[in-house]
Amino acid sequence: MSSIDYLRLLQLAAPETFLTLTGLMVLAVDLIVGRGSAPGTRIILSGSVAATGCLLAAGGLFLLPVYGTFAAGMLVADPLTVLIKVSLVILTLFTVLLAFSDAAPLADPGEYFALLLFACVGMMFLTSAEDLLMVFLALEFTSLSLYILAAFNKQSPHSTEAGIKYFLFGSISAAFMLFGLSLVYGVTGSVQLPEVAAGLARAGNDPLALVALVMIAMGFGFKVAAVPFHLWAPDVYQGAPIPSAALIASGSKVASFFVFAKVVVIGFGGAPAAVGSGAAPVWVILLGIMAAVSMILGNLAALVQVSVRRLLAFSAIAHAGYMLLGILAGTEGFGPLVYYVITYGLATVGAFGVVSIVQARTGSDRLCDFAGFHRRFPVLAFCMLIFMLSLAGIPPLAGFFGKFYVFAAAVKAGSLALFILALATSTVSLFYYLQVLKQIYVGETADASHWEPVPITVSVALLAMAFGVTLLGCFPDLLLNRITIALRITGF
Amino acid sequence: MNGFPILSLLTLVPLVGGLILLGLHSRQHQLARRLALAFSGVSLLGVLLLCGWFDTGTESMQFEERYGWIDALAVDYRLGIDGLGLLMVLLTGIVVPMALAAAGPVPDRGPAYFGLVLLLQSGLFGTFTALNFFHWFIFWELSLIPAFFLIKLWGGPQRSAAAIQFFVYTMVGSIGLLLAFLAIYLAVGTFDFMEIAERARQGTLIPALSASVGWYDLTTRQLGFVIFAAAFLGFAVKVPLVPLHTWLPAAYSEAPTATTMLLTGLMSKMGVYGFIRIVLPIFPEALRWVSVPLLWLAVITVVVSAAAALAQRDLKRMLAYSSINHLGYCLLGLFAITSGAAGELVAVEKSAALSGVFLQMFNHGLTAAALFWFVALIEKRSGGLRGLGDFGGLRTRAPVLCGLMGIALFSSLGLPGLNGFVGEFLIFKGVFGLTPWAATLSTLGLLLTAVFILTMIQRVFFGPVNPAWSGFSELTVGERWQVAPVIGLMFLIGIYPQAILGFTNRTVVTMIKAVGY
Repeated sequence: MSSIDYLRLLQLAAPETFLTLTGLMVLAVDLIVGRGSAPGTRIILSGSVAATGCLLAAGGLFLLPVYGTFAAGMLVADPLTVLIKVSLVILTLFTVLLAFSDAAPLADPGEYFALLLFACVGMMFLTSAEDLLMVFLALEFTSLSLYILAAFNKQSPHSTEAGIKYFLFGSISAAFMLFGLSLVYGVTGSVQLPEVAAGLARAGNDPLALVALVMIAMGFGFKVAAVPFHLWAPDVYQGAPIPSAALIASGSKVASFFVFAKVVVIGFGGAPAAVGSGAAPVWVILLGIMAAVSMILGNLAALVQVSVRRLLAFSAIAHAGYMLLGILAGTEGFGPLVYYVITYGLATVGAFGVVSIVQARTGSDRLCDFAGFHRRFPVLAFCMLIFMLSLAGIPPLAGFFGKFYVFAAAVKAGSLALFILALATSTVSLFYYLQVLKQIYVGETADASHWEPVPITVSVALLAMAFGVTLLGCFPDLLLNRITIALRITGF
Repeated sequence: MNGFPILSLLTLVPLVGGLILLGLHSRQHQLARRLALAFSGVSLLGVLLLCGWFDTGTESMQFEERYGWIDALAVDYRLGIDGLGLLMVLLTGIVVPMALAAAGPVPDRGPAYFGLVLLLQSGLFGTFTALNFFHWFIFWELSLIPAFFLIKLWGGPQRSAAAIQFFVYTMVGSIGLLLAFLAIYLAVGTFDFMEIAERARQGTLIPALSASVGWYDLTTRQLGFVIFAAAFLGFAVKVPLVPLHTWLPAAYSEAPTATTMLLTGLMSKMGVYGFIRIVLPIFPEALRWVSVPLLWLAVITVVVSAAAALAQRDLKRMLAYSSINHLGYCLLGLFAITSGAAGELVAVEKSAALSGVFLQMFNHGLTAAALFWFVALIEKRSGGLRGLGDFGGLRTRAPVLCGLMGIALFSSLGLPGLNGFVGEFLIFKGVFGLTPWAATLSTLGLLLTAVFILTMIQRVFFGPVNPAWSGFSELTVGERWQVAPVIGLMFLIGIYPQAILGFTNRTVVTMIKAVGY
């Protein structure tokens, strides 16, 4: 093995390094400057450092990208991964801004913001990895940060419950995934994706490879909250501190789906069909079933939710089903999938932001707590309108375009039955998104008490996200052209 | 090609207005109503300008705008109108102010109400001017959502069920449309109506479809038919064609009257418009194969809905069924055009039928909206009662109201000299020449229409005065002035139909020629 070129590594991993240092700096600032100050001051202090760090990292990635591959796929920086990383950092930035007004007062804001940044770093490494070991390590690093973030509110039993649930499910599925990866290594003799693909194609219908596939699908299925590995999602989305839930729902999903698609499409894409020559490869059948049950269960369960956060959780499960359609479409579906997860992440963080405002003022997130929101905060109510309609896939918002693009890819790939199911269930989904809007705009409430004004950072973040969702919907080319070019350069 | 973007502006004005109104405080309902009237007035002015600038001597699309929008999908933002588009835009421009006037003050969340009406108008303008499926579909859906909320929030006692039923039906139709156009897009790589129609005319559309989306080993012909059926469903629900009409009576009778005016006057036209603009040029073959069953459905629509209207005891439900009946004539004319042979001789009949369909769309929009308006005026005086047996002898108490409503009713019945006659006459003239059996059977519908409308006139206007309504008040001066222009239009078109047909002549000829019938 040749010696490692550390300078090259530093160049390629500069954004990650920078964010890690920012995280440490947040800790230091909170410890040194913030000690003894009021909790509010500490939040503003450490939050500002974290937000500035994200902003600089995103700017650096966007303006001065460095491309290259390190140590045979351990760390790959190409236009596509850089694009994903930029969106990850931006989503983290919005999450940080939302944390400025979390419902539960943060006991240790420094640690909280640092963990958000570390989680982001984990996701970025995950995005860059084309080496199965690195994928696993990055996934675990992300998960560990997210477990703590979910359980961060020590005063709240719900938060603890969320953390424990997330941790137990997460560690079991991580064990399965590791086992699956080890089987892949056993079958192919490599952990590098291209070689794995070649090895799997050679192995043919090796039952071991099938077992490995199922186990890997379990691991990722947990991360993206696809049925039947979704059980943790409602409790975590409801119980965890809201910014944590927002990051789990957005950034974590973006990174996981990207890697999931990469592993499945590149790694298993070459695997031959299971039985006979006309049948689809096994992974298509497996993911097809996961997608179908996710869409059905997510949408139907969301219909009866009273808590908006649980509603968002089931909607997330349903969206995981739609996104799986993108993976099913193979390389054709890669661009649509990336567009879909990024815009979905944006709208979801926004929706969680609005929920956090309501929860901070009423103490809960039931649907009826949203009644009269329009009268109190007309602009923010309008933002929520945009987020909800985008999630529902109403034109001309980004969600519509994402769905359209993913569904089109699915039809092209021939999964007609799934496409019809997706259309039917997304019609159903409109109902529960409209329930939220109905409460906001026309819900009757006797509560006339004064609500505290919303912190400026939260308002700005929400407006920016609503603007982003609308802009990407009206001019999808802004993002789509970048994805298309990146895909072409990357060779998909 | 990209001149002054008047069509975009036309769509934008109500959109902006709607958004402004949605932002108002719910106490400012008076201001909201005035603003809504102002915005729809500006739109009407724009439409009239459009009519003035419209060149009746050319068959191509006019006022065209075309900008690249989404390169990755080869989607252009493309607008343009021909005679048909102009007619629909004109109708929209007229009916929306009518509906706003009929709505009166809405103290309960007024700004939201008027804002939604304006958003609906924007969706309609967009639908009638779009020439690319992508944004056409966006506007098609945009018009659906305000309508849902208008029914759901301001409707009658059964509003929730009616709104959901309306929504589910139309949404299923929309999904069919989306499916069809996705398949077409995957086959030919464009969403442009004109380009797809061109491919269809050359006969390369369906083979391309079967080459690109080989679903479940369907033959080319079967696949073409499946795609056609999916698109057809979307429009058939909207018109509606029996047996897809069951959402309509509930939606029309539960919706607040101003919304019913929009539903019947404009949104039902979206369906017919879709048939003419999309189904006819893109799926001529498939339409021809099933023209006989479709004609039967149209005949059933005409006859059964008229019979059903006869059985109703609620004025709004009665008019709702009558609305299905009148749009049935449009479908009858359309399906008759697709059946039968081509040739110089029948081309005249086909032109007559298509002209009749255009005229009937416009007339029905005007008349049906006016009729629902009159019902609203009666309801205002009766405290919400609108049963057929609730009234009697109103003629002696409110002669002007009854006289004007009578004119509208006779127009709906098809009395010569009023607008309803010309359209139905042209349709029947054409259909008799093309498929005599369908025309003969449909006359039964005409007969039944006459029976139920005369019944309505007799039971409501004539007979002994119901003592409960001895204090029934006459139309106020303001109301008379509001209704007068509409009644005037009915006479104008009835006596001088060329006022409308002048816009559509070239379009009719081009369409008949283009579809090669």
